[in-house]
Amino acid sequence: MSTHKLTAALSIFAVNFGCLAAGPNLGKPIDAAEIAAWDISIPPDGTGLPPGSGTPAQGASIYAQKCAACHGENGKGAANAAVVGGAALTNGIDTVKTIANFWPYSTTLFDFIRRAMPYQQPRTLTNDEVYALTAYILALNKLIGENEAMNAQTLPKVKMPNRDGFIPRFPDKL
Amino acid sequence: MKNLEAVAGNGLLDRRAFLRGGAALAAAMTGYTLAGPASAEPLADDPWSRAPGTNVPAYGVPSRFEKSVVRTLSNPNGEPRTQHGRTPHHLLQGTYTPNGLHFVISHAGDADIDPEKHRLVIHGLVKRPLLFTLDALARYPMVSRMTFVECGGNSAPLFSREPIQASVQALHGLASCAEWTGVALSALLEETGVDPKAKWLVAEGADAPALSRSVPLAKALDDAMIALYQNGERLMPGNGYPMRLLLPGWEGNMNVKWLRRLKLVEAPAMSYYESRTYAPILPNGKAYQFYFLQEVKSFITHPSPGLMLKAPGFYEISGIAYSGNGRISKVMVSADGGQSWAQAALHEPVLSKAFTRFRVPWNWNGGPAVLQSRAWDEAGNVQPTRAQIIAVRGQAAKVPRVTAFPSQHYNGVTSWAISSAGAVSHVYA
Repeated sequence: MSTHKLTAALSIFAVNFGCLAAGPNLGKPIDAAEIAAWDISIPPDGTGLPPGSGTPAQGASIYAQKCAACHGENGKGAANAAVVGGAALTNGIDTVKTIANFWPYSTTLFDFIRRAMPYQQPRTLTNDEVYALTAYILALNKLIGENEAMNAQTLPKVKMPNRDGFIPRFPDKL
Repeated sequence: MKNLEAVAGNGLLDRRAFLRGGAALAAAMTGYTLAGPASAEPLADDPWSRAPGTNVPAYGVPSRFEKSVVRTLSNPNGEPRTQHGRTPHHLLQGTYTPNGLHFVISHAGDADIDPEKHRLVIHGLVKRPLLFTLDALARYPMVSRMTFVECGGNSAPLFSREPIQASVQALHGLASCAEWTGVALSALLEETGVDPKAKWLVAEGADAPALSRSVPLAKALDDAMIALYQNGERLMPGNGYPMRLLLPGWEGNMNVKWLRRLKLVEAPAMSYYESRTYAPILPNGKAYQFYFLQEVKSFITHPSPGLMLKAPGFYEISGIAYSGNGRISKVMVSADGGQSWAQAALHEPVLSKAFTRFRVPWNWNGGPAVLQSRAWDEAGNVQPTRAQIIAVRGQAAKVPRVTAFPSQHYNGVTSWAISSAGAVSHVYA
């Protein structure tokens, strides 16, 4: 066999081998539709935001019913953190971090409410309810207008005040 | 005996003094370690020597006399908020943390997962999305490594402007070390294939809040593991049963417990915990982001607050050192508040990104002393003094509760003052 043919044969072998990989191959192929219910991370550009929409007014009534017991009336805090207000971060390294004074991206609010709230019944809110609560909290903090609806198009465009307040600690690790 | 001469102020002895053994050394030690003649009462058999003992249990638990060796709980009644269990370093020795005492932070309780039904999915920017059962993962080649896991908020009380009087468990108990065994994540990613566009992966748990963190792909391919075993047995529920992501040397919160999903992506998700919680505020109002690394650190566990020195004489000072950057290369100990230092003996083997036990013999003269330890790692990093870290990171405006987190990622020196009465307290020196 010429060197050329040997190389070709080896590369075909490598391709076949590559398809199967060298390991035990005990993973079961799964498609996007089967993963959909778990595929809930929403990055800052809004990729993956679901259909639906909600306004601050709609959010206010859901908040009173499902959130106020822990987070206080009108978002002012109770046993758990306030969702409105926040001091200047220059007040001290122990300044309480809030949505308004700290969170860099509005999408994190949607992502966190949808995945983790209400604390006792996570992932029971509809997408419309999550949009509405997100809109309510952003409006309480005057980060959007009182009548502005949040949806897959509008939410990623909300610029949070502290977006540029961060310094990567070890840029070489990224 | 030459080796028993002090090598640093306030009675620190050569670290090799007690490693050589022998009669001459024992005799030399007698002056300050051996008590006087044994009690005048003649020896007799105690009750446990005169009858058979208890039945051997199916799963052993410590002696009934060790009931105080437990974690301290921040939220024992399970109120709807985070629960912390802290490791009692002052009551342990060596370098492994027993599984029942490994620190735990659970943001909504410990998930109670049926291992038969648990699934791990790897998807996103891969060639073939794959689902793995625990049975499938258990058939892969296993890797084992000793590594510490430390909460990014461990030691946060040292950001207080006043030293908070608390035990080493309260101050530094959110770090533990175990031998973890599981499947190298790189082996699974070889099977899914990785799209060249992928730069990060988003890890997510199967717990109620579906805790999620973004991890640079480079770390995932370096030394990340899907851990299934902890000190030889399956993971404890509080440590992620039946599987967790293990990222040796990196912030505890990123070592996602109850792992169910890894999604390869181009950019970080900016989840709640990375964009908010583990981003410490700096004095100028900016904040560090993507801290990730647990930097070189040490603290003395013996003695420490709550342990009394009953009389002047010989004691061993010992503690724990570790670095997310690799092996510990050196630990220095001071008994005079940092004026002079003695090199500590390091318990072998010294492993990368694992607890390293250090020891220094000490002849306490009964006077006031201030004990400190300071560690170096093989990458050349040195543990900062408290003054050095505070100069960069600031200190809290208010004196916090000991269980609060006024900031994150404190790795500065800890100082213990010894009073003439032998009591140990926390000081800044």
